[in-house]
Amino acid sequence: MAQSEQFCTFFIEGHFFGVPVRQVQEVIRYQEMTRVPLVPQVVRGLINLRGQIVTAIDLRRRLGMGERPVDQLPMNVVVRTDDGALSLLVDEIGDVIEVEEKTFEAPPETLKGVKREMIHGVHKLPGRLLLVLDTERAVNVAEAVTGAGERDP
Amino acid sequence: MNDSDGIVKEFLVESYENLDRLDRELVGLEKNPEDRDALGSVFRTIHTIKGTCGFLGFNKLEAVAHVGENLLSRLRDRQVTLDPEVTTALLCMVDAVRQMLSQIETAGEEGERDDSALIATLTRLQQAPAAPGEAPTEFAGPIASAMPVESVERVEAEEKKVSVSAPAPAKASSAVGLPRNIGEILMQQAGVTSTEILLAVKRQNEGDPRHLGEILVEHGATGPSDVVDALRVQQSSRPPTAASDSTIRVDVGLLDKVMNLVGELVLARNQVLQFANRMKDTAFLAASQRLNLITTELQEGVMKTRMQPIGNIWSQFPRTVRDVALGCGKEVSIEMEGKETELDKTIIEAIKDPLTHLVRNSVDHGIELPEDRVKAGKARVGRLTLRAFHEGGQVNIEISDDGAGLNTERLRKKAVERGVITAEQAIRMTEREIFNLIFLPGFSTAERVTNVSGRGVGMDVVKTNVEKIGGTVDVQSTAGRGTTVRVKIPLTLAIIPALVVTCSGDRYAIPQVSLLELVRLAHDQARTGIEMVQGAPVHRLRGRLLPLVYLSRVLELAGVAEAGSDEGNAVNIVVLQAEGRPFGLVVDEINDTEEIVVKPLGKQLKGVNAFAGATIMGDGKVALILDALGLAQKANVISELQDRAVAAKEPSAAGKTGGNRQTLLLFQTGERGRMAIPLALVARLEEFARSKVESAGRRQVVQYRGQIMPLIRIAEAVDLPEGDAGEKSGDGEGPLQVVVYAERGRSVGLVVERILDIVEEDVVLDRMAERPGILGSAVVQQRVTDMLDVPGVVRAADPGFSKAAIAE
Repeated sequence: MAQSEQFCTFFIEGHFFGVPVRQVQEVIRYQEMTRVPLVPQVVRGLINLRGQIVTAIDLRRRLGMGERPVDQLPMNVVVRTDDGALSLLVDEIGDVIEVEEKTFEAPPETLKGVKREMIHGVHKLPGRLLLVLDTERAVNVAEAVTGAGERDP
Repeated sequence: MNDSDGIVKEFLVESYENLDRLDRELVGLEKNPEDRDALGSVFRTIHTIKGTCGFLGFNKLEAVAHVGENLLSRLRDRQVTLDPEVTTALLCMVDAVRQMLSQIETAGEEGERDDSALIATLTRLQQAPAAPGEAPTEFAGPIASAMPVESVERVEAEEKKVSVSAPAPAKASSAVGLPRNIGEILMQQAGVTSTEILLAVKRQNEGDPRHLGEILVEHGATGPSDVVDALRVQQSSRPPTAASDSTIRVDVGLLDKVMNLVGELVLARNQVLQFANRMKDTAFLAASQRLNLITTELQEGVMKTRMQPIGNIWSQFPRTVRDVALGCGKEVSIEMEGKETELDKTIIEAIKDPLTHLVRNSVDHGIELPEDRVKAGKARVGRLTLRAFHEGGQVNIEISDDGAGLNTERLRKKAVERGVITAEQAIRMTEREIFNLIFLPGFSTAERVTNVSGRGVGMDVVKTNVEKIGGTVDVQSTAGRGTTVRVKIPLTLAIIPALVVTCSGDRYAIPQVSLLELVRLAHDQARTGIEMVQGAPVHRLRGRLLPLVYLSRVLELAGVAEAGSDEGNAVNIVVLQAEGRPFGLVVDEINDTEEIVVKPLGKQLKGVNAFAGATIMGDGKVALILDALGLAQKANVISELQDRAVAAKEPSAAGKTGGNRQTLLLFQTGERGRMAIPLALVARLEEFARSKVESAGRRQVVQYRGQIMPLIRIAEAVDLPEGDAGEKSGDGEGPLQVVVYAERGRSVGLVVERILDIVEEDVVLDRMAERPGILGSAVVQQRVTDMLDVPGVVRAADPGFSKAAIAE
């Protein structure tokens, strides 16, 4: 494993999140979405990404946080998954930062307001914590439906 | 040449390529006999050629390829080692195959050649494991005997001296093509008799080294100028360009990519057009219109590269029919109409097997034995007709036979035996439903297992495969007159015409394939045209009950449409069909038709079968494509039987909809009687003026669609006091309310007091209340409701009506 890793960071309800840069295809501003009826709430809709239809997943909803204020438009973090591109809706985009492996730690028990099972772990950075999102878990909408993600303490 | 032209051409192009590679691979293999990959590739190539030959009926070619394949399989299994001798023999085989191919290319048939020497050599080689040392000398002879034909021909072809004779006609061959026999030409043009030619050929065989023409001239059979003419004809009869020169083979993957790009271009074009219409710049408008035209042409062009005439797959059917007919002692002629109808390559491939099965099925089960046909007053030879034609952006393919037709009684019985349906359902089912039973899994009426039935491709697979590509299958049959299976398939899968509708502010695309018609109920009609309350609304469309589905409800969106309709605004109904059953989809607005590019949905949305995919609209926004069948299933508007079939396939869906959810027609009978029957049993709701009721014997009847329809008064049938509105004719006013029930083409009218409602409920039948004509009671809309035993009542009132059903 590499000594350090680059993360694309973003904010959701004040929390500082990151996903490894190699998983991120691109970051784009708010796109108009077409809502999809009959699917779990976490799926906010479909966006047109240069002719490709991409499903947008609201991370606030997925992480069990409160709704985003109506006047605040989410940003899209488009990630590559085994099933093609997916968009993660976040509040705000941060910088791409490089963190060292040794700062990594399992998610602390005291983590509040965020589903712990969605987090790989945290990087202790000076003055703040970077929560590393488990992308695969986050985009697993089926899990969101069955509630399997909520079973863990 | 014949129909199979296209396939043969394809086969030739492919085989030439393969053979060229084969030469290289065999030579390479000789140098490096341990190269298993190369050997595997050689094996596959020969195997493919063999398979295709068998299918095209080129038996000689097949025979040669067959022994070659055997030898190769021995090599592959290391039972024979690859030495020069084996390689030589294999190369000889490749050459022989190539010669035959060129013969086929020019003459359309294999010609009369004798490959027994080659076959013998190949056969012997696979039996005798080549022991070192003995090979070269011992085997040189036979191989040499197989070789000369080859080498001599080559030399002669180069010299352009043509000498052709009966025992070895495949001379002067090259990969390009083979001219006609000189003898033939002389016979046609110079009046040389066949005896003279045969004599000359005989002399050649006896060792006369001269050419045929020379011998003939010497014998005075013809003049030298005739021979020169004939040689010229022979030269010119060589095809100007061979099939392998005028076509190139393109990777389908590349075509798909181009197709996708064109799809994108179509979308971009749509966006530009919308933009251009807003900008009042004429130059821009002109440019965008030009873009529009070019894009359309490009789209057509690219589509065309993938189009193939359906004749390509049909051409194998005469043989299929012949073989099957021979196998079961029948005489069948086949007719084809619309061979040139073109379809997308992927679709052609997808329907090949289903069509083959349908054709075999028609011959095997549809058409009767010659004796039976004569007895039935039909021509001895059965007729199978294939028709293909375009209709409304779809291709219709019909496979009709003039056989015995489907036996509804046998189908019913079989279905009950197999537990596909209950005996009760069997009685209730309409003829059309009965016919379509043949498409259910595990259903075969074949009373004996033939090589056709035992092939593991049932009618259910036919249906599944056709539906997979967005098509439908329907069967119609008339007893004694024949059966027609109609397959409807889209022209292409990538770009489809669709109707765009709006619901709760979002746009949805509906593929035109499933669209039947549009109905708009304005003003008063909006209120009166929909007979409904709570559960399941219906609209009477030309006298037929059309179940309605509110799109906003099915999609669980805020019900803008319903509020609108209550206020008397227009109601827009899109009449769709799913599994051949129409239903009305109520939407807020009907916008326009548009060509859309179907894009798949991500995995996250796959579970929702109400959507067939998504597309990008002209303004760049995404719209979902609705799936008629999925919507119908979700809204529960298709009949129970089909629900069952679907439930069997998708257990999860069944779990959601609940065990015994039924759509019921509620009606009042007598003064207070509240009854229900499954909507599936209702053919129509009718009103008859009381004056129309006539008497026939003791029974009351009405004339209905050219038939005499008996009327049954439900109140009388189940012993209830008559109501005010009078189910008895005469007393009471207004028209009679009649629920029409149909069974095998006969109708009976059930007279009721009043139609109350149509609801969808989980029915829990309480048998305590069972009595004649009543199956039991259930709670429907929080009220106790009797379930009418329709077949029972009909039988009690008219024992003759269901005679056949009772006999079972």
